[in-house]
Amino acid sequence: MKMQSHLGRARNLGASRNGVGPWWIQRLTSIALIPLSLWMIYSIIGLLGADYTAYQMWISNIGNATLASLFIVILFHHAQQGVCEVIHDYVHDKTKLYTGLILTKFLAAVLAVACLISIFKVAFGG
Amino acid sequence: MVEFSLPPGSDPVVGKTFKAPSGAKNVKAFKIYRYDPDSGNNPQIDTFEIDLDDCGPMILDALIKIKNEVDATLTFRRSCREGICGSCAMNIDGTNTLACLKPIAEVKGDCHIYPLPHMPVIKDLVPDLNLPYAQLRSIEPWMQADTPAPANQERLQSIEEREKLDGLWECILCFSCQTSCPSYWWNADKYLGPAVLLQAYRWIADSRDEATGKRLDYLDDPFKVYRCHTIMNCTNTCPKGLNPGKAIAEIKKLQFERQ
Repeated sequence: MKMQSHLGRARNLGASRNGVGPWWIQRLTSIALIPLSLWMIYSIIGLLGADYTAYQMWISNIGNATLASLFIVILFHHAQQGVCEVIHDYVHDKTKLYTGLILTKFLAAVLAVACLISIFKVAFGG
Repeated sequence: MVEFSLPPGSDPVVGKTFKAPSGAKNVKAFKIYRYDPDSGNNPQIDTFEIDLDDCGPMILDALIKIKNEVDATLTFRRSCREGICGSCAMNIDGTNTLACLKPIAEVKGDCHIYPLPHMPVIKDLVPDLNLPYAQLRSIEPWMQADTPAPANQERLQSIEEREKLDGLWECILCFSCQTSCPSYWWNADKYLGPAVLLQAYRWIADSRDEATGKRLDYLDDPFKVYRCHTIMNCTNTCPKGLNPGKAIAEIKKLQFERQ
């Protein structure tokens, strides 16, 4: 049973002073993903049907490797932030909430690092 | 976890039907949500057939006619009957609006009337608005200035400064926008909601107020403001034609600007 006043409930723990930072990063990453996604799609279409050597030559180019790495880092950061927003919206049980947030961030980090290692491995003669 | 179905005892069942008087030619059915917490029963949807030839033009006229002539136990808030007090906000034909400003003629077919969504119901069409009122109190919606007011004179504003308050001061706090917002439905205890944030921006935008930084501090939180995902139900539903979504965006812009 809760006897807390409505005003106490409304004020709750106060402001965390951490609202605008994540919001700005989410906007920034979404804007960055527009040209990066277009570049990635354009590149993959250009390589359709090519053999492994052609892919290796493409990713060995320092510009392509840089853009592909940026795409991976920004994509997974944006994705995990979006999923965490959804979890914050809908999951209120604290155990499930923190489990969901940690798993999401951990999974995004593992996938991003795996992608980056793959890029470097192929680019540097894997 | 968010509940996508109603809790036990909250599912509305079919209620009573009150037929139109014999000889009525222009009949419209009003299907109205009824709930009496003292009865222990589920809410029910009662049907009232009203002769529109013997009724005023607005939904509120029909509700008053039902209360006066058919069922005196029908409970709803109303006062000014001209869109100024905000008392008669309810969900009519699937949209939150003011019963006094909504013409019956705009509703095609049967007219479904429910209380404002996702709020505890006190009785029938009367929601418990204690939490949004407390949230409004929490943003301190009054002018705060350390500089004393000029002697024998009001605090002056330029025409441009005053214009910034247009679209904000007109809010009548009916909470139609607040209760139309899915983010508010899921996180009412943490997200301040569109009506309260519009009021917060009304004071942030006021050139006479000197507590802008403190106000922005209180709002810099992932839940208090940033649960707004620009769904824009608030702006679509506002019976006064205001734009709470824009006010929230202005708060976010100021938060960013001062980083």
